[in-house]
Amino acid sequence: MSSTFFTASPHWRWLITAYFFLGGLAGGSYFVATMMHLLAKNPDRRMVRLGYLVAFPLVCLCGLVLTVDLGRSERFWHMLVQSETFRPMIKTYSPMSSGAWVLLLFSGCALLSFLAALAEQGRPDWPILRRLDPTARAGRLLTVIGALLGLYLAGYTGVLLSVTNRPIWADTSFLGLTFLVSGASTSAALLLLLGSWVGVSPRSVHSLERFDRSVLILEVLALAALIASLGRVATVWLNGWGLLLAAMVLGGIALPLVLAWRRPVPERQGWIGPVLVLLGGLLFRVVIVFSVDRL
Amino acid sequence: MAQPMGFFTDTTVCIGCKACEVACKEWNQLPARNGGIGTLSGDSYDNTRHLDGIHWRHVKFIEQFSPDRRDGRWLMMSDVCKHCVRAGCMEVCPTGAIIRTEFDTVVIQSDACNGCRDCIAACPFGVIDINPVSGTAQKCTLCYDRMKVGLEPACAKACPTQSINFGPIADLKKLAQARLGQLEQGGERRAHLYGADETMLGGLNSFYLLVDKPEVYGLPPDPRLPSRNLKSSALWSTLGAVALAILGVFSFRERGARDV
Repeated sequence: MSSTFFTASPHWRWLITAYFFLGGLAGGSYFVATMMHLLAKNPDRRMVRLGYLVAFPLVCLCGLVLTVDLGRSERFWHMLVQSETFRPMIKTYSPMSSGAWVLLLFSGCALLSFLAALAEQGRPDWPILRRLDPTARAGRLLTVIGALLGLYLAGYTGVLLSVTNRPIWADTSFLGLTFLVSGASTSAALLLLLGSWVGVSPRSVHSLERFDRSVLILEVLALAALIASLGRVATVWLNGWGLLLAAMVLGGIALPLVLAWRRPVPERQGWIGPVLVLLGGLLFRVVIVFSVDRL
Repeated sequence: MAQPMGFFTDTTVCIGCKACEVACKEWNQLPARNGGIGTLSGDSYDNTRHLDGIHWRHVKFIEQFSPDRRDGRWLMMSDVCKHCVRAGCMEVCPTGAIIRTEFDTVVIQSDACNGCRDCIAACPFGVIDINPVSGTAQKCTLCYDRMKVGLEPACAKACPTQSINFGPIADLKKLAQARLGQLEQGGERRAHLYGADETMLGGLNSFYLLVDKPEVYGLPPDPRLPSRNLKSSALWSTLGAVALAILGVFSFRERGARDV
């Protein structure tokens, strides 16, 4: 038996699951928006703005659920500042410590890009915000830094779980990778869903669908690596949690892929694939967090 | 710096009286579970069941009986924080609330802890938990306040059979080796020390003499630091980020110059 089975549960439940999901969406949306802006010949500004407009509210929610989940919420700042000396509190080798700093820095980038996206539409019409527009040099630098921090935010949560001693979490090195890829696929799905409501160009929809399809395939590979790396420990999923995981793979990855390749997709059914991907991403985190709780 | 101090627990002389549990609760003013309403485990005389934020000492009852109950034995073990020389809890703590004292023990400063619970998942022994009164993670301090004034920890003081021995680690190791030799001379071949040498997390400042496999006592056979996965997890995540960037290039890149 793995030595990880002798440990105690940290009681991380719905709020932490929500954080893992929302963090993936926030970081992933920012990353996708930046990639579209930097790489598309004539990027659909609506789609790019959408990425920045959703990233900031989502990361605000992340901070909120994390703070509420603490046993002493009023001491949330102890993550960043030493409570006795008021010096910066950072441990590069502790994913939770580095993650707290990345969350703070990413929130700053997301706020500025959120404001710049609003300014692009003339509300508010502040000249200083135009410098943060991704077409300006400062804006480009901001979005590149923000995208890198966004990737970190989407993936470090899985690394954080692996850097414990709990069963499954600490028995694999692939949780960070899987969370990261899942964060990218769910973000692309979220932008596709919201994009269909606000009316973005078919060209940007096609490129985003192409991205989502390839990321979903990468997610299957990451999941396979995760399960293979668990070895005999994976047998703890030979129960209802395993069924849920299988449902996530079939419903949240395989079915959206089949729907995406079925051409042409009826316009009224375009939301089904993205919704399934989002539900799959949430279900994956539920299984990872809760299946370990009582082991 | 004072010399490293700790516990050597000789499980062979533990009688399961739970005096250590009571002394710990009393000295550290730990609250009762469930508002003091007793809850019985239903399958053992041990109703504490496990260490947590309000039980910093726990006497485990391991009841080994044959199916017809004609043959059997009781193993008793007073469990506590191991005060690891390389402590997983201290490694992950994001607030710096977990410190190493001048006695080489590991203490959670309750006024700095914000209850994130990362240390609970990081401890390889399942020692730490949240104290519902303070809302912070708590565990044995090895009676740091008593040691500061030259007193021995409350549990060791209360132990009537000297199962819990307190003192400088070097002295405790000699004592443990002598007791091990005595047991072996008496024909007890299963006796062994758990955590006395440096191969286990740099050494446990609370180590044990056991007469069965560690798993039987609910102890991990191979406890390790949580950071063992850090490099490999970070590497795979970085490779994943590179793969996402490449997929982004293939998906979003369009040839030709931008329209101005």
